[in-house]
Amino acid sequence: MTETILSPMSLLAELTHRCPLQCPYCSNPIALEPRRNELSTQDWISVLDQAAEMGVLQVHFSGGEPMSRPDLPDLVRHAVGLGLYTNLITSGVLLNEKTFPALVDAGLDHVQLSFQDIDTANAEHVGGMKGAQARKMAAAGLVVADGMPLTLNFVIYRENAARVPQMLAAAVEMGARRVEIAHTQYYGWGLANRAALMPTAQQLEQTTQAVEAAREKYAGRLTIDYVTPDYYADRPKPCMGGWGRRFINISPSGRVLPCHAAETIPNVAFPDVRHDTLAHIWRDSPLFSMFRGTDWMPQPCRSCDQREKDWGGCRCQALALAGDAAATDPVCSRAPDHERVVRVLETLPAEPPPFRYRRYARATDEVG
Amino acid sequence: MTTTDLTDDSIIRFARGVRLQHDRVRERWIIQAPERAFIPDPIAAEVLKLVDGTRTLGQIVAELATRFAAPVDVIGRDVHVMVSDLITRQVLVA
Repeated sequence: MTETILSPMSLLAELTHRCPLQCPYCSNPIALEPRRNELSTQDWISVLDQAAEMGVLQVHFSGGEPMSRPDLPDLVRHAVGLGLYTNLITSGVLLNEKTFPALVDAGLDHVQLSFQDIDTANAEHVGGMKGAQARKMAAAGLVVADGMPLTLNFVIYRENAARVPQMLAAAVEMGARRVEIAHTQYYGWGLANRAALMPTAQQLEQTTQAVEAAREKYAGRLTIDYVTPDYYADRPKPCMGGWGRRFINISPSGRVLPCHAAETIPNVAFPDVRHDTLAHIWRDSPLFSMFRGTDWMPQPCRSCDQREKDWGGCRCQALALAGDAAATDPVCSRAPDHERVVRVLETLPAEPPPFRYRRYARATDEVG
Repeated sequence: MTTTDLTDDSIIRFARGVRLQHDRVRERWIIQAPERAFIPDPIAAEVLKLVDGTRTLGQIVAELATRFAAPVDVIGRDVHVMVSDLITRQVLVA
């Protein structure tokens, strides 16, 4: 083992997979975790203690819809007490006059609120929930009125790509400080719905131009983070800043993962906070060690001058597209399997197929 | 306010949701901000340690000038530029 093991910077705490929305681009796994498997409040408190001790600086409470958990304010308060920066990643449909004050009181630092579109009819078609848009607008209003910083997140896909200028104008009007214009990443449900979601090259170019124009127009008022669909890139993204370098992701049932899609990786045990310490998992588990650093890399990565910039791209994408998690990310034009990405883009259907909505497999697995 | 309105009498504060924090594991100062953490350079860290929501820009400059035995006008120019930049980046407000 020659790799230097850094301390993790960020913890993504996926408190639950339960969510009132059913977005077909969700990056959660297809096999959603039922409520009965979720970690307890005490389990999460212990995770937060251990994470702070290891050097984690920011905790992102996510899901599913993290506000589905009634103990969220307690977890926020505990994290704040540890000096962690607390971020709530929410759909906003449960954020209202009744639920928000407890989060403010707990010391929550920031809210990231997602929108499916700026067009209400399409947003509610994609989210699968009537009345969601009005609830989201009201939630944004509450956060801004409090003075807490607000980031809006718009996931971009074929049907809403043309409306990026209106999304950015709305973000300014709502009083958001930051906005993420994030093209769908193709994992979990997003991968299952790729043919319906993937924009054309021309749509991608238009969204890029819209972002550039808005950066100039709203300079000093709005920070815009822009995430492109990497299928159209020549070089892969440095997924999670490198495997086991910066991020720890914890699933609702307590699995400790280098990224939120890592449960797709075959032939490796998934460590679990109920059975091991976070520090031991981070340093020594086979899962975290298997793609850390550069020793695991095949060619062309191994001798590539980008190997410590992109870290070989995304392991879950290599698995999904090349059938091998240890392959060079096929998005890279130097990858042996790059042709597979080209073929996906060349064979996009003229008419998008219907969505496969994000739902639990069986009705008994409860939704609420 | 815009950064061009910045004067010696402006009271400097962190924007809500932004703070300077000591990272004891990595033994360095960091700026915690929405969904990101920045590492301030050593000079910026000295300036930010004096931002407490009561000191004016002029008081911050005077204190740094005394501490580093440097001319007020030189320090003042540098700090003004730095604070303006951090206001643009939504780290500070005045």
